[in-house]
Amino acid sequence: MSTVVETHDHGHHGPAKGLSRWLFTTNHKDIGTLYLWFSFIMLFIGGSMAMVIRAELFQPGLQIVQPEFFNQMTTNHGLIMVFGVIMPAFVGLANWMLPMQIGAPDMALPRLNNLSFWLLPMAFGILISTLFMPEGGPNFGWTFYAPLSTTYAPSTVNFFIFSVHIMGVSSILGSINIITTIFNMRAPGMTLMKMPLFVWSWLITAYLLIAVMPVLAGVVTMMLMDINFGTSFFNAAGGGDPVLFQHVFWFFGHPEVYIMILPAFGIVSHIIETFSRKPIFGYSSMVYAMASIAILSFVVWAHHMFTVGMPLAGELFFMYSTMLIAIPTGVKVFNWVATMFRGSISFETPMLFSIAFVALFTIGGFSGIMLAIVPADFQYHDTYFVVAHFHYVLVPGALFGIIAGAYYWLPKWTGNMYDETLGKLHFWLTFISVNVTFFPMHFVGLAGMPRRYPDYALQFADFNALISVGAFVFGLTQLLFLFIVIKAIKSGKKAKPEVWEGAGDLGLEWTLSSPPPYHSFTVQPQLK
Amino acid sequence: MEAKRTLRNLTAIVVGMFAFGWLLVPMYDVFCEITGLNGKVTGPSFLSEESKAITEQRELLVQFMTHNNESMPWFFDSERSQMRVITGNQYEANFVFYNPTNKEMIGQVIPSVSPGRGAEYFHKTECFCFERQTLAAGERIELPVRFIIDPALPKEIGSLSLGYTLFDITDRVQPKNDLANL
Repeated sequence: MSTVVETHDHGHHGPAKGLSRWLFTTNHKDIGTLYLWFSFIMLFIGGSMAMVIRAELFQPGLQIVQPEFFNQMTTNHGLIMVFGVIMPAFVGLANWMLPMQIGAPDMALPRLNNLSFWLLPMAFGILISTLFMPEGGPNFGWTFYAPLSTTYAPSTVNFFIFSVHIMGVSSILGSINIITTIFNMRAPGMTLMKMPLFVWSWLITAYLLIAVMPVLAGVVTMMLMDINFGTSFFNAAGGGDPVLFQHVFWFFGHPEVYIMILPAFGIVSHIIETFSRKPIFGYSSMVYAMASIAILSFVVWAHHMFTVGMPLAGELFFMYSTMLIAIPTGVKVFNWVATMFRGSISFETPMLFSIAFVALFTIGGFSGIMLAIVPADFQYHDTYFVVAHFHYVLVPGALFGIIAGAYYWLPKWTGNMYDETLGKLHFWLTFISVNVTFFPMHFVGLAGMPRRYPDYALQFADFNALISVGAFVFGLTQLLFLFIVIKAIKSGKKAKPEVWEGAGDLGLEWTLSSPPPYHSFTVQPQLK
Repeated sequence: MEAKRTLRNLTAIVVGMFAFGWLLVPMYDVFCEITGLNGKVTGPSFLSEESKAITEQRELLVQFMTHNNESMPWFFDSERSQMRVITGNQYEANFVFYNPTNKEMIGQVIPSVSPGRGAEYFHKTECFCFERQTLAAGERIELPVRFIIDPALPKEIGSLSLGYTLFDITDRVQPKNDLANL
């Protein structure tokens, strides 16, 4: 309990030593670091599952794994990447940056913060442990559609349900903390419309989280009851309906996909303005665009299930409402490009990742519009075209946003500059391999290759071999990222407080020393 | 104090949304009933006076489909896979049930009409789907469904499919809870 002692010792206000620093910490930077490392480890676990998938799909036929195990790999890859990598990484960035960006000493609810982090390793420990049980882990896809996840599920589904509950509690507590911090701890003079865009993106994301994570908790509870307590929410034999599952799930699921992209919007906005040496173009339209995307995300869910047999009116409604989202998203892309336009741009690694984000996320957005077209979706549904689409928005979208943010703020966090040459190498290897991996998936998808199978027809063999090679390069390249991060922590040129030329005017975090003091702003800064 | 209020409001949203998630279940049912989605047959088992007043008749195709749910072992099929009918007239179609197992079983048939918008124009005056069927080991029965297609059926519907799914409810039957009020 050395923390207790040290809080009284105002002369040397720093972290406790050893393991207890991390177990009992209530410091936003420590918890942010924990979140980021957790997400980094999960990236390699979920990534190695993707490698198993790609190794199996390198050639047609069954070579390496059995179909049952293949299904567990696709399911857990999806669950881990969504709930264990992208979301914790964003929460980690929020923990690190929000107090520094709004001029606060720490988060509003520090002990809750500790709890919401430590729930996560529990949740994923439970989830991953199922893979070592005799019946195997969840094998019904990350969307866990009933009745695959109820009537036909392995009994380990109960562990899965419990772990989703814990993840949900963690996300909800984290979001409550973030909203409370943003509303109550901003520096004097920082009105809502003066908040940095990353803060705005997280405010909106946190609202989405507290609105939909309880619905997810509800739907897995219904599953639990169907499996164990004889109810029939999703069982037609008892008067229920499996299609109801899809409606409730996607009512959570669609806002969830924006939860995974909005914080990246915020990060990329900061990076583009920094390296274009111009303030962001159309700040207020950026805020309104994010808010409209968030609101629209609640009325588009059934576009994931056009083929369940909906009336034409329903399909048209969900088609048009989905396409409407292209407008605020287009506003954002336009604003990023306009920020760069006639800026004096320099291409450091975070900027490279951000420009790639804008270009490749837009490709993912376009394939999204294609999927929104009802008659076309009947062709694309459950093919690799869908896989290509959501990987384009999640890998060069969300993940590039996270990597860009990590490079951008790493000198601030560690006090050391990362190795720019290695960073550029990391970028180019990643950029090329991500496209080699995911772009051909559009072609095999359009040609009719279905997703979630361990085998495929011979005509898809060449493209799949190419995709697998791209995936292996992409996977290995991320080890280079790990090396760069460790290298920056251990050594490197000392970073100035503003780190990037001219960044000092762009946000409060750049007025603090690099690395920043343990309690960010003990005296609130005054905004003009 | 400000933070406490924010915290209280946010907790209320979380609780509210959890409740809303459960509310989606009855809302889904009501929505399907209002819109006739899912082919849930809500129309009465008789023709309305207004429909009877329509003298214009037309011919259309009615198709029958039978499915067994999950591992229901009974043989269940329609005698004819389809028939041409005139709107406003009553027809009869026979369905065969056979229990090949060596134990008594209880089955329940759930109907569904496709396209869903046609469901309310499909009037079943008599149907084995109104009640559960108990078949002794090896027993085989034929049961009729009598139906009238409403003359008010929208013109763009050129054919109707009546799908039946047979459920094994042997283990589920509870004295008071009758599934058969569909």
